[in-house]
Amino acid sequence: MLVVKDLNTHYGNIHALKGIDLEVKEGEIVSLIGSNGAGKSTTLLTITGLLKATRGQVSFKGKDITHASSSDIVHMGLSLAPEGREVFPALTVQENLQLGAYTKKDKASIKESYDRVYDLFPRLYERKKQTAGTMSGGEQQMLAIGRALMTEPKLLMLDEPSLGLAPNLVLLIFDMIQTINKQGTTVLLVEQNANMALSISNRGYVLEIGKVTLSDEAKALSENDKVRKAYLGNIDH
Amino acid sequence: MIEQLLNGLALGMVYALIAVGYSLVFGVLRLVNFSHGSVYAFGAHMALFFVGLQFGVIPAIVFSIILTGILDILIDKFSLAPLRKKKSKGIAALITTIGIAYIIQNLLMIFFGSQTKPFPAIFDYGYVTVLGISIKSTQLFILVVSLILLAILTYVVKFTKIGLSMRAVEQNQKAASLMGINVNSVIRFTFFLGGASAAIAGSLISGYYQVVYPNMGFLAGLKAFSAAVLGGIGVLYGSIVGGLVVGVSESYAAALLGGSYRDAVAFIILIIVLLFKPTGLFGKKDITKV
Repeated sequence: MLVVKDLNTHYGNIHALKGIDLEVKEGEIVSLIGSNGAGKSTTLLTITGLLKATRGQVSFKGKDITHASSSDIVHMGLSLAPEGREVFPALTVQENLQLGAYTKKDKASIKESYDRVYDLFPRLYERKKQTAGTMSGGEQQMLAIGRALMTEPKLLMLDEPSLGLAPNLVLLIFDMIQTINKQGTTVLLVEQNANMALSISNRGYVLEIGKVTLSDEAKALSENDKVRKAYLGNIDH
Repeated sequence: MIEQLLNGLALGMVYALIAVGYSLVFGVLRLVNFSHGSVYAFGAHMALFFVGLQFGVIPAIVFSIILTGILDILIDKFSLAPLRKKKSKGIAALITTIGIAYIIQNLLMIFFGSQTKPFPAIFDYGYVTVLGISIKSTQLFILVVSLILLAILTYVVKFTKIGLSMRAVEQNQKAASLMGINVNSVIRFTFFLGGASAAIAGSLISGYYQVVYPNMGFLAGLKAFSAAVLGGIGVLYGSIVGGLVVGVSESYAAALLGGSYRDAVAFIILIIVLLFKPTGLFGKKDITKV
């Protein structure tokens, strides 16, 4: 569904991505793990067109989207819930969701998307008239995911959805990700919490300073000694 | 006294119309657009130009609105958008807008001459009586037209899809692009609204005082900017209240203290308000919670 080949991205003189290759197949949950500054978020931002690739190719559903505009990419069914939630703080929950459906014209299908999101996150329904900036971190994360789902994406990319959340909320969010996947949305997940991420994924990629250094089935990765030592923090068991 | 009040309200509504232009652009770009006063003068001259071509006053104003809106889009496209693309500092854009103000003013002098030119009165039927108060028809016209326009602007920003995308861009440009919003077209639309309302303000004031001159935008622009800051820049209804405060106090100052104080009073009020409330009357501190 998503194929990334030899992706290179620069921030000015800094060569942030040095030839990333990865693939996400329909129906999968794929994790991208790695430490701070490895290029995980940069990879997602380049795929969405918010950062420009300096070399390489991104194709989605067989179409080359390397140089497509963000709005075209969203319209094709690829959406991102960015790191740090990035909700619109002074707008209400409902207005945030409405913006999620910005590229959609069909009223009936927008209505369906609201129903689906409110169904997944009843909390958002309770707070739909509240401004997003006044909500807790967990609720804002639900809103960020809900907002990304409003376009009915084929592929949902999540950047650090567990960041800064209490453990019970992390469990809830990961549970939601699995539910969303079972409803037919493919998921590309970037996480520092590698344990959790691999436990719900089919496959995973390990990123180190702008390169993919390992890729395997999620189960194999979580049993890989190098990965356990570097990212999972449990060498004994 | 009531006459001064009406005069002040009419003047204040025009300031409000100019002030919303500052406020809208500041909202999406966090930029004080100092070319706005000259854009207002450009609007007045365009109206004058089309009146001269025998278009009739109202069609002339409509043409002026469209052309001035387009001018504002062009200002953004050719001078400000390139700076944004290079991610240059805000101060560069600010200085650019000051430069553009002078370019427009001087072009107006070249093409129209620097002298004061007569402009036909708009809607001049002497005095009319409304609710037992006798009011100049020209003032009534300004009040009604500005009120309608400000109501339309508020409706656009608060209740339409493009207005929602303007507010989204205002709060978080990155997230707005992730939603598929074309940030540059939202900015262009905002400039168009600012230019259009400046053209209306310029035409209304020209019709009221019946004169037009190239640097008419300098003082009007500064006062409208104070009105915007006074009300809390970036907040639409703040600009309206700010405009009315500036207009009414100016009108009373002229009557009570003499004409030489009329221009100073707007700035005196601005300084006093900012001392006590640095964000302006209705300005909000940015809500950020992570």
